[in-house]
Amino acid sequence: MIPAPFDYVAPSTVDEAVRALADAGEDAKVLAGGQSLLPVLRMRLAAPTTVVDLGKIGELKGVRDEGDAVVIGAMTTHYDVQRDPLVHDHALLLARATDTVADPQVRHRGTFGGSLAHADPAGDLLAPALALDAEMVVQGTGGRRTVSAAEFFQDFFTTSLAPEDILVEVRVPKHTGWSAHYEKFNRVAQAWSMVAVAATVRAEGGTIAEARIGLTNMASIPVRATAVEQALVGRSADAETIRAAAEHAAEGTSPTVDGNADVEYRQHLAKVLTGRAVESAMAG
Amino acid sequence: MRITVTVDGTGYTDEVEPRTLLVHHLREKLGKTGTVVGCDTSNCGACTVHLNGQSVKSCSVLAVQADGCEVTTVEGLARDGQLHPVQQAFRDNHALQCGFCTPGMIMQSIDLLADNPDPDEEAVREGLEGNLCRCTGYQNIVRAVRDAAGHMRPGAGPEAEQVSDAERTTTGVGGDA
Repeated sequence: MIPAPFDYVAPSTVDEAVRALADAGEDAKVLAGGQSLLPVLRMRLAAPTTVVDLGKIGELKGVRDEGDAVVIGAMTTHYDVQRDPLVHDHALLLARATDTVADPQVRHRGTFGGSLAHADPAGDLLAPALALDAEMVVQGTGGRRTVSAAEFFQDFFTTSLAPEDILVEVRVPKHTGWSAHYEKFNRVAQAWSMVAVAATVRAEGGTIAEARIGLTNMASIPVRATAVEQALVGRSADAETIRAAAEHAAEGTSPTVDGNADVEYRQHLAKVLTGRAVESAMAG
Repeated sequence: MRITVTVDGTGYTDEVEPRTLLVHHLREKLGKTGTVVGCDTSNCGACTVHLNGQSVKSCSVLAVQADGCEVTTVEGLARDGQLHPVQQAFRDNHALQCGFCTPGMIMQSIDLLADNPDPDEEAVREGLEGNLCRCTGYQNIVRAVRDAAGHMRPGAGPEAEQVSDAERTTTGVGGDA
């Protein structure tokens, strides 16, 4: 299938991109890696008048060290995030989750920022961003601002980005030496997560000193499993602690019902997968 | 829009609509019909090509995004009448039934071997996760990729296929200019 016609612009700076979006009005669409947008355009589920391609903007790519945070350019591909040493050392959870995104071809094109801005509730990078307290650096017509992950995700496919805003980069506070695991449940290869759990923990001796757990596809937006975190912290990292903590995973969640699963099944999955995620994180 | 794309070592300059998908540009404008369209959902991977040395699904890239880039298709793999080691391994191991997924399988296998020159069975299956075979002939495909690994030089892969500027011809048949 072929997309409906659109005007195409490929600015070379973020300033130009913001201006292009402001000029084009509400029917413009930002093209990042295109791995969600192009299928949508092909199926004509969307027909923007203008597509603003960020692919030529060099300043949006790459990962850098900024003291207490790792800063990831929004147009950094999944492939590059997976292999980045800074991400491995200081935000391992993000690397683990990125390993599970789609398939190798999609990871070559798809971008970290594109995935967050698209805000698919089944997207695998939203829950890790939330769990790691990431901050989104956004540029609009009024300049730059920083938005916490908790404020950024608002609803299904909806973020706090205004139509002329560009997600420039993501600041991920360093979680140096934390172990991590992303446990994803789906039925077939390259399918979206029915439910997934992002877990990262810091152990001191045999005790869990800190824990952060994020849930994918358990609501219209990613959610923190704070009750699980509280049940883990300060306790010894044994099987009974993990099992008891995981029982809290579905508290306060309101997952959607679709052809894959109903609410009860998703809440069951959240508990089982939380146990597995924490156990795997501790093991490795 | 006017774009220039180097495909299998030949530069092509053409006028394209922004909405033209790379796969349609390759097939319909440049006659590179070795790359096929298998689905409309980005799932099947039959249209996989290498874009600047990395595998991509060419149904999920706009032709205008490939402006100034180098594309390798399954048609650009053979050298001096000799099949690429991965092509040869697919032939030797009967790694195809109907053959429709084969161009994408071969292109993704080359990418996989570049990242992991000696993959075990599980690594091959994970590396080919984005490619579907409706004949379900995965057994021999996995066998072929592992066989090819034994025949490829270290460092062989998408980047090794790229041609130098000196080798590149500037005008290809099928291009507008």
